[in-house]
Amino acid sequence: MRARLPILIFALVMAVIPFVPDIPPFWLVLLNNIGLAALVAMGLVLLTGVGGLTSFGQAAFCGFGAYTTAVITTAYGLSPWLTLPLSLLVSGLAAVILGLMTVRLSGHYLPLGTLAWGLALYYLFSKLEFLGRNDGISSIPPLAIGSYRMLSAEAIYYAIWAAVIISAVLTLNLLDSRTGRAIRALRRGHIAAEAFGVQTARAKLLVFIYAAVLAGLSGWLYAHFQRTVNPTPFGLLASMEYLFIAVVGGAGHVWGAVLGAGVVVILKEVLQNAVPAIFNVQAQFEIIVFGIMLFVLLQVAPTGMWPRLMALWPWRAPPKAVDTDAAPLAARGKTPPADGVLLRIDGARKEFGGVVAVNDVSFEVRTNEIVALIGPNGAGKSTTFNLVTGVIKATAGHVALGGDSIDGAAPQDVVKRGVARTFQHVKLVPDMTVLENVAIGAHLRGHAGAVASMLRLDRADEARLLAEAARQIARVGLTDQMHQLAGSLSLGQQRIVEIARALCVDPVLLLLDEPAAGLRHMEKQKLAELLRSLRDGGVSVLLVEHDMGFVMDLADRIVVLDFGTRIAEGPPAEIKRNPEVIKAYLGGAA
Amino acid sequence: MNATILLFLLQDGITNGAIYALLGLALVLVFAVTRVILIPQGEFVTYGALTYAALASGKFPDTAQLALAMGLVAFVFDLFANRHGFNLRRTARSFAVNVVLSGAVLAATLAFAGRKNPVFVDVGLALLIVACIGLYLYRIVYQPIAHASVLTLLIASVGAHLAMQGFALVFFGAEGLRGPAISDVSFSLGALMFTGQSLGVYVITAALIVGLWLFFGYTLYGRALRATAVNRLGARLVGIRTSLSGRMAFLLAAVIGGISGILIVPITTLYYDTGFIIGLKGFVVAIIGGLVSYPITAAAAIGVGIIEAFSSFYASNYKEVIVFTLILPILVLRSLAAPEVEEEQD
Amino acid sequence: MSAALLDVSDVTIAYGKVEAVRDVSLNVGDNEIVTIVGANGAGKTTLLNAIMGILPLKGRVGFAGRNIAGDDIEDRVGEGLCLVPEHRELFGTMTVAENLQLGAFRIAKAEAAATLERVYALFPRLHERQKQLAGTLSGGEQQMLAMGRALMGRPRLLMLDEPSLGLAPLIVADIFRTIAELRQAGVSILLVEQNARAALKIADRAYVMELGEFILSGAAADVAADPRVIGSYLGFQGEATP
Repeated sequence: MRARLPILIFALVMAVIPFVPDIPPFWLVLLNNIGLAALVAMGLVLLTGVGGLTSFGQAAFCGFGAYTTAVITTAYGLSPWLTLPLSLLVSGLAAVILGLMTVRLSGHYLPLGTLAWGLALYYLFSKLEFLGRNDGISSIPPLAIGSYRMLSAEAIYYAIWAAVIISAVLTLNLLDSRTGRAIRALRRGHIAAEAFGVQTARAKLLVFIYAAVLAGLSGWLYAHFQRTVNPTPFGLLASMEYLFIAVVGGAGHVWGAVLGAGVVVILKEVLQNAVPAIFNVQAQFEIIVFGIMLFVLLQVAPTGMWPRLMALWPWRAPPKAVDTDAAPLAARGKTPPADGVLLRIDGARKEFGGVVAVNDVSFEVRTNEIVALIGPNGAGKSTTFNLVTGVIKATAGHVALGGDSIDGAAPQDVVKRGVARTFQHVKLVPDMTVLENVAIGAHLRGHAGAVASMLRLDRADEARLLAEAARQIARVGLTDQMHQLAGSLSLGQQRIVEIARALCVDPVLLLLDEPAAGLRHMEKQKLAELLRSLRDGGVSVLLVEHDMGFVMDLADRIVVLDFGTRIAEGPPAEIKRNPEVIKAYLGGAA
Repeated sequence: MNATILLFLLQDGITNGAIYALLGLALVLVFAVTRVILIPQGEFVTYGALTYAALASGKFPDTAQLALAMGLVAFVFDLFANRHGFNLRRTARSFAVNVVLSGAVLAATLAFAGRKNPVFVDVGLALLIVACIGLYLYRIVYQPIAHASVLTLLIASVGAHLAMQGFALVFFGAEGLRGPAISDVSFSLGALMFTGQSLGVYVITAALIVGLWLFFGYTLYGRALRATAVNRLGARLVGIRTSLSGRMAFLLAAVIGGISGILIVPITTLYYDTGFIIGLKGFVVAIIGGLVSYPITAAAAIGVGIIEAFSSFYASNYKEVIVFTLILPILVLRSLAAPEVEEEQD
Repeated sequence: MSAALLDVSDVTIAYGKVEAVRDVSLNVGDNEIVTIVGANGAGKTTLLNAIMGILPLKGRVGFAGRNIAGDDIEDRVGEGLCLVPEHRELFGTMTVAENLQLGAFRIAKAEAAATLERVYALFPRLHERQKQLAGTLSGGEQQMLAMGRALMGRPRLLMLDEPSLGLAPLIVADIFRTIAELRQAGVSILLVEQNARAALKIADRAYVMELGEFILSGAAADVAADPRVIGSYLGFQGEATP
């Protein structure tokens, strides 16, 4: 609860502000505008700062929320409270439709797509007869509780700020959960998240809908605060302003949205009043100042104001407690395949635009076995890993796990069957702690969904996930680094973190891509020991490695690839003497 | 619908499409070389058009002062970037490019403004001013963050757009302007009426496309720009300054935008924010071209122009809605055709 | 070693808080082939990239008697320092001839024409394929083009990062023969290789890198005879490293 104390204080401060004697009502109007903007920006924080997606169309979602309640309350006389779920539903549904069309697009297409539909929707709002065209809809009823009608800025102030604070808490809860970790992993690319069962497209859509619903909430409040709506505040300029708020506040931080909204709304007010008074001009000077500030900020303070402010804050949140007594997660029922063959690769072939990366390779990994895949760089080893884990689809050939074909299976399905992997180029989320990174490995072993997480109904599930993560971290010997950010570890340690993450899957087969690179001698020996104990505990290991001393010492069997073709297979002692292997890989090229 | 209307709409669509093609090509060019999604492309259109219109009506365009101001800022940025190792030659070069050039352009504008000039003088001055602004815009906004992500560059673009559109309102006011036609020839061919202006649009668009093709295909600097687009690190390793490539790309984009503006300002009234909408239509076609393909972009531009012409005839209220919604099915198709995974990058 | 062409001293290179290369010093004299060998991830590529200016570093990089540590990549190219990077970084959608022409971006036209003839003489295959797109070449041809493009810039020191990467043994032999020829023509070479045996054979001197530090350096023949090197990189006798 200690972590919640600042929020409670903030809520109390906001609650007493209207009671400050002689506070100008105009200030409350400003605070209301700040709250409304903060709600939209909060969605953008989740979308852009956390999820790595950007939308230039958030104002349009506000519009959906505002117009929905405006039409229904004025035309059908429904109570505003009844239109609240409708407003949220309409903005959410709009997000589903637009999201399904656009979230699969990577990088810059999404923002450009949102730019286009943001504009299209704005024109639509201003042309549709039943939305009142450019004049909009007026005499929207105020919010009311019993006979108390929230007509003044002061009255609706509490509704707005309650919404802001509750949304912030819910958002923070969401981020600090199983689903939240999946969302936070999105920005670092799909491959790692999908390798642990995260449905990335669904996670993206979820964030998109969440941001839209927050915007819809803001729109609904706006409609009953202004009591009139027209297309202007839902245009592209407004969308850009929301993005500006998120960047100013700090696009990765929930409270940054509130801070940014405060700074921008007040700044805008000051500029609108002060500049014309000083320079005697009519133009929208605040737009120029905003524009210049936006790109200057990106140059001098790309992380925004919130992290900078927090750096000055002397009080650090304690590291996340791990409940070691939490009930262990259910273990996988391990029935060894009848013929003892766990993984069978049969004539696997992969071509990239005519270049054969893997050329009809066949080999097996048996239960309780460590197999090493060696060969020169570019021989097709990592591609073979990607074929097995479903990251890429084979051009031809078959892959079977315990007798079942996994040809064409998605990465999420492969990991479900107990195949866990590490990556040649470490794929951790650098600004998440080691504990949180490793917990992603247990993603499929937890069950709590987004809504449960927001309402904190996921705590038992969460405790078990974190306890499992902590156990695997202890197993690889990184307990001391558990609460450090993954990005602050050495590359060798990061590789070990990836192994702990893979162990969280409770795997039957572990695929390790150069696990020993960057480790010191002692660390290599410890790693070899760990892998042996895993093998003896029933986990098979397939590893790619260049350190021949390590491989020869550890592996039960070695498969040698060259130019995508298997050129040899056998126990280490045999491979060492194989003339073809010596020629292709072990030396003697010149 | 009779054939006359059909032909008329087609002609109108092709004229607009030609402009979108130019803008789309400029956007593809800038994105390929710098990874910047140039939202302010539309402002180049506005600045070019309204500067020309102001000069033609005997007024002094404030954009010339903006060019000098931006040149000074760019020079200060250069000084700041070199603060750890002062280099006289580098500083002199920066002074020449940023301060002397923009100063000379301002001086020329002062000399010619308020007089009745031949059309080519007004056009030339307007393009010089816009070219300077494009050049300095890259230096000030994008060069300091040239290595940032596409997303960051895009947000910076939004900032640049807001500022430049704000300045446009200050300089040109909220009233729309129209410029004199570059030529007032006109003749008819069957039912179709050709004006010198619309022919100018076709000829200049075609000439620019051929010119760009020659430049990129056959000159060392054109190849260097292409090389920067293909492989930035590779380009740097052979000694091509990517910042120089970026400035050249922006210079070209600004000139192309300016020309587009000058071509349309005699046909339609331009407001301070019209350029933005026109620029966004350039985006629609550039996105159809995947931000990489010049020929698809050009073809898409004609298509979008024609669709726009027809929708303004049949559903004029929803013209913009239709054009901007057009992008969504395109994006869906792109997303379906997207490669199965991002390949692992080393 | 009075005036080494390249004189790197006390260089540290960090990715964020992680130091990938620590306090490394090395030099390359005129007309010398120097090699850096070491395992994957030891920091060899990082070091070359930092010498070229692709990555920032702490320390001094002397080249032809001047500290170039603060210079842009482009200026280093102008001074005669060229890198053939691990991934070759060719202009894939441009022709072989265009790639080579751009290699001479900073060279006067007449001089470039003469250099082009020499490059074609060195790699006749490139001459045959001058109209072909670089991206459609085979791996070996791409490596030749990458080296040819770097040579078009008339380097005094050519840095090669894993030139044998993913190439068939026969082509590797070809590449190494060319490296020896280049030295004859007066170009110094700094060579990073995983194929330690081949690299040590043609080099004059060698450095052995492990976890971002040089653990050994000296004449190539001595390094090749060192038991630690034999154990880690040339054969399998004994455990990995002490």
